[in-house]
Amino acid sequence: MKVKEKAQVLEQMKLADGVYSLKLKTTAAEYAIPGQFISIYSNNGSKLLPRPISICEIDKNAGTLRVVYRVVGEGTAEFSQLTAGDEVEVMGPLGNGFPLEGEKTVVVGGGIGVPPMLELAKQLSGSVTAVMGYRNDDMFLTEEFTDVAAELIIATDDGSVGVHGTVVDAMKENDLDADVIYACGPKPMLRGVAEYAAERGIKCYVSMEERMACGVGACLGCVCQSTEKDDHSHVNNKRVCKDGPVFLSTEVVL
Amino acid sequence: MNTKVTIAGVEFQNPIMEASGTFGSGMEYSEFVDLNKLGAVVTKGVANVPWPGNPTPRIAEVSSGMLNAIGLQNPGVEVFCERDLKFLEQFKDARVVVNVCGHSAEEYIEVVDRLAGESRVDMLEINISCPNVKEGGIAFGQDPKAVEEITKLVKAHAKQPIIMKLSPNVTDIKVMAKAAEAGGADAISLINTLTGMKIDVERQSFVLANKTGGMSGPAVHPIAVRMVYECANAVNIPIIGMGGISTWQDAVEMMLAGATAVSVGTANFYNPTATLDILSGMKDYMVRKKIDDINDIIGIVK
Repeated sequence: MKVKEKAQVLEQMKLADGVYSLKLKTTAAEYAIPGQFISIYSNNGSKLLPRPISICEIDKNAGTLRVVYRVVGEGTAEFSQLTAGDEVEVMGPLGNGFPLEGEKTVVVGGGIGVPPMLELAKQLSGSVTAVMGYRNDDMFLTEEFTDVAAELIIATDDGSVGVHGTVVDAMKENDLDADVIYACGPKPMLRGVAEYAAERGIKCYVSMEERMACGVGACLGCVCQSTEKDDHSHVNNKRVCKDGPVFLSTEVVL
Repeated sequence: MNTKVTIAGVEFQNPIMEASGTFGSGMEYSEFVDLNKLGAVVTKGVANVPWPGNPTPRIAEVSSGMLNAIGLQNPGVEVFCERDLKFLEQFKDARVVVNVCGHSAEEYIEVVDRLAGESRVDMLEINISCPNVKEGGIAFGQDPKAVEEITKLVKAHAKQPIIMKLSPNVTDIKVMAKAAEAGGADAISLINTLTGMKIDVERQSFVLANKTGGMSGPAVHPIAVRMVYECANAVNIPIIGMGGISTWQDAVEMMLAGATAVSVGTANFYNPTATLDILSGMKDYMVRKKIDDINDIIGIVK
């Protein structure tokens, strides 16, 4: 069930340089699962297309969703100016989300791929190891991961915190084993995580990103290359917004 | 109040359709819109075989509009008939217009022939105006001789009335409209998207993998109104008007300019119920203006 409605802004916080957290009251919370996203619309009429933003936390009882996003353009800059009491148009939840599998799991996030892994880590049963990658010590959501994961491993590009290098370097350094690995982040990172999983015979889910228009699977704007024929067009192009954003790592070309 | 309009003998319960390529075959939007309330469902372009489309990024936002370079990704006519047409069976009140694309005359004909026996298909819209495929598409739509020839050929094969969809990327769209009429088109639809480009100044490269894309959205609406007006005064066949329609005012404006029906495109992306919102606004307008028959406003602004 997807809803499109005005959501009420409950809270806005700056978490790191250019990274913000927005808590929204929306009935979309009722239907959301980890790994799904919502479309957030600009109040500026000249910006037509919604911004797809991953869901960071779901509170079904309170009817709230938390999104954590990076300001990358004028649309997200506008969102960062929203304050408690404001309204913002949203549609969601969209996409398929992460299946909850495995007793021993690793959740991997890189940069703005970190946020969706939080709700996933909260909902996974068993032992969860979180591996989060940042540019430097200007990190975000680390306290939350410390609370919900059995272990938090940090990697930074500049080596200021944790492992000096990528999340894949950190996984190798810790020789992490798991039943299932879940990952969200830039494509090169996903490729590295998928290779790591493949070498060790671990099942791996990746969450993909692409420029979107409709967000519901109609416009075919946000496809990614798939290894098998897709259900829609039978041409090895899966729709990130509808068939994804979560795919088995073996299902897509990374 | 009468909202029915007739195009080439096909009756539409109201003049509101959605524009090809913005709505799939209605499946994805049926969660938001009762398809049975639409004048017609206009499907995404269908080719003889599956087309993979262009590399990504395929989408870019521009001020009050967007660029797309999907490249007509589609599953081909066989899957379309088995799946999409079957799905549309349940919405008997809406007419079905199938948009047909091809790289060559033969490919158009193959699709048209395959659809000939499909009773659910009420009309064909022939896409000779897609700016995002290199062969076919727009190549047929920018030369009046080619427009007339492909129209004639399709008309000779088609069992359903045909709409030729025209490109605005021409010097004089009236010439193309007249060529389609001369070729035997039952109707024309316009405008397809305007070829545009967006460059990322930080990366100093193209935003779209295809470099260029078709521009749509409210920003193109005045151009579409002008072109519909010009064509309405140049040909005697009905016109389906489209281009940036996002409000009921836009739809009424297009009909006043000469369109018998209108299609809502890009607006679906940011307002999934745009089609029905526009229909309801149009009905309110009819009440307020004491218009008993929507046909009475078609082309009255001269």
